[in-house]
Amino acid sequence: MAQVIHPEEIIETIEVDKLLTKVMELKKNHYRISQACAAYVDEKFELSYSFADDETYQYHTLRVVIDTYAEVPSITEIVPAAVFYENEMKEIFGVKIQMISLDYNNKLYRINTTTPLGPKASADKEEEEA
Amino acid sequence: MGKRSVIPFGPQHPVLPEPIHSDRVIEDETVVEAVPSVGFIHRGLEGLVEKRDFNQMTYVAERTCGICSFQHGMGYCEAVEHVFGVEIPRRAKFLRTIWAELGRMHSHLLWLGLLADGFGYENLFYQCWRVREKVLDLQEMTSGGRLIFSVNTIGGVIKDITPEQFAVISDTLNDVEKELYAVLDTFIKDYSVQSRLKGVGILTKEQVHDLGCAGPVARASGVPMDMRRLGYAAYPELDFDPITYEDGDSYSRCLVRIDEVFQSIELIRQAMGKIPDEKELATPVKGNPDGEYFMRVEQPRGEAVYYVKGNGKPNLQRMRIRTPTFANLMGLCEMLKNTKLADVGLLILTIDPCISCTER
Repeated sequence: MAQVIHPEEIIETIEVDKLLTKVMELKKNHYRISQACAAYVDEKFELSYSFADDETYQYHTLRVVIDTYAEVPSITEIVPAAVFYENEMKEIFGVKIQMISLDYNNKLYRINTTTPLGPKASADKEEEEA
Repeated sequence: MGKRSVIPFGPQHPVLPEPIHSDRVIEDETVVEAVPSVGFIHRGLEGLVEKRDFNQMTYVAERTCGICSFQHGMGYCEAVEHVFGVEIPRRAKFLRTIWAELGRMHSHLLWLGLLADGFGYENLFYQCWRVREKVLDLQEMTSGGRLIFSVNTIGGVIKDITPEQFAVISDTLNDVEKELYAVLDTFIKDYSVQSRLKGVGILTKEQVHDLGCAGPVARASGVPMDMRRLGYAAYPELDFDPITYEDGDSYSRCLVRIDEVFQSIELIRQAMGKIPDEKELATPVKGNPDGEYFMRVEQPRGEAVYYVKGNGKPNLQRMRIRTPTFANLMGLCEMLKNTKLADVGLLILTIDPCISCTER
């Protein structure tokens, strides 16, 4: 039979000022970045940075909840592979990310709509429905 | 130091089945840096959660990509099933496994054909795609669709495979296996193929880890990462090990995929031998999803992540798909460094890029 692994899957909510320290800690423990994404929930941004351990298959997600006007530091200095994830969060949701190592300046997807899944788009949609 | 210049590559190019652009900084004939850019076919599929309920999103997920269509549907359904906490019927798990492995076979054969075309071996391209047609015929016979076949539903599957169809699958797989030994031998032994692939675009184990690469790209560098070991579908009941090679070059990436085609044949045989004789294909799911889950599945191109978050309403709050090509883009930038200009097209192919997946 195949060796089946039932890893621990953790979602850890942290403050934004702890983000870089936590990312550094996971990197030191040999975690690989698996994904990062944003969600616009209850008028706040919910950012999820998921890291995977390829030996134990553990999955550790760091969750940061911030106001839409708040800034968040880029993790690309520690994890260069986060470049595309952070550019996506910035362009699609309008998350204010500081110092992305390769910033596409909202031109990753070449879309005409500004932050289509972010607060402005949601406000426009509500207005349209009203 | 020679004079540096920038050469744009793509978005349209003979080796690219889909549009991707990169600016390559070259010094003489050597690439010193490459900056990719996507965004030519972004469709905003994730935004459709506002308009489609969680059941309808199954069909949206399947349309993320034509090649991995089944696996996208399965990954999304597995994620929502975890939120509901439902166990799908055992037969449905085996059926999902069979379709997933048929999908892996046709995806790898498509890629092998494109690779052969990329290095100018057109006859090999025809042969790979000829054999692939037989796999597509099996998909059509069992599901009604050649690529996008909508058999997944939240809680299981909506179609069954009959004993007669299992017999056809078994016979076809025997034929396919026999033909593949002859066709794929060329990739393994031919001098001209080796000269284009061996030692080209090397990624070390450490680079794979640091750059967050996935799938055959990672396994070709000796990282035994295979999400099927997480035990979704019927994989816990099947015997397999991740296929790895150590060299991390284009040739190793080719060998991993060749071996995985044969591994898929073996897994389908095992699944057909163990599939339970049950009538139930789907567990009824009531209510709306309330909770969140990160589901990882092993697509032909590697680890795909499906994140779903619901709040008890029919429409999910968030559905996110992280596709393997998205993860391999940084690895591609790294492997392009210090390679010859003439190898760039082929190197882009070796990550098996799926741009419609990447942009969603």
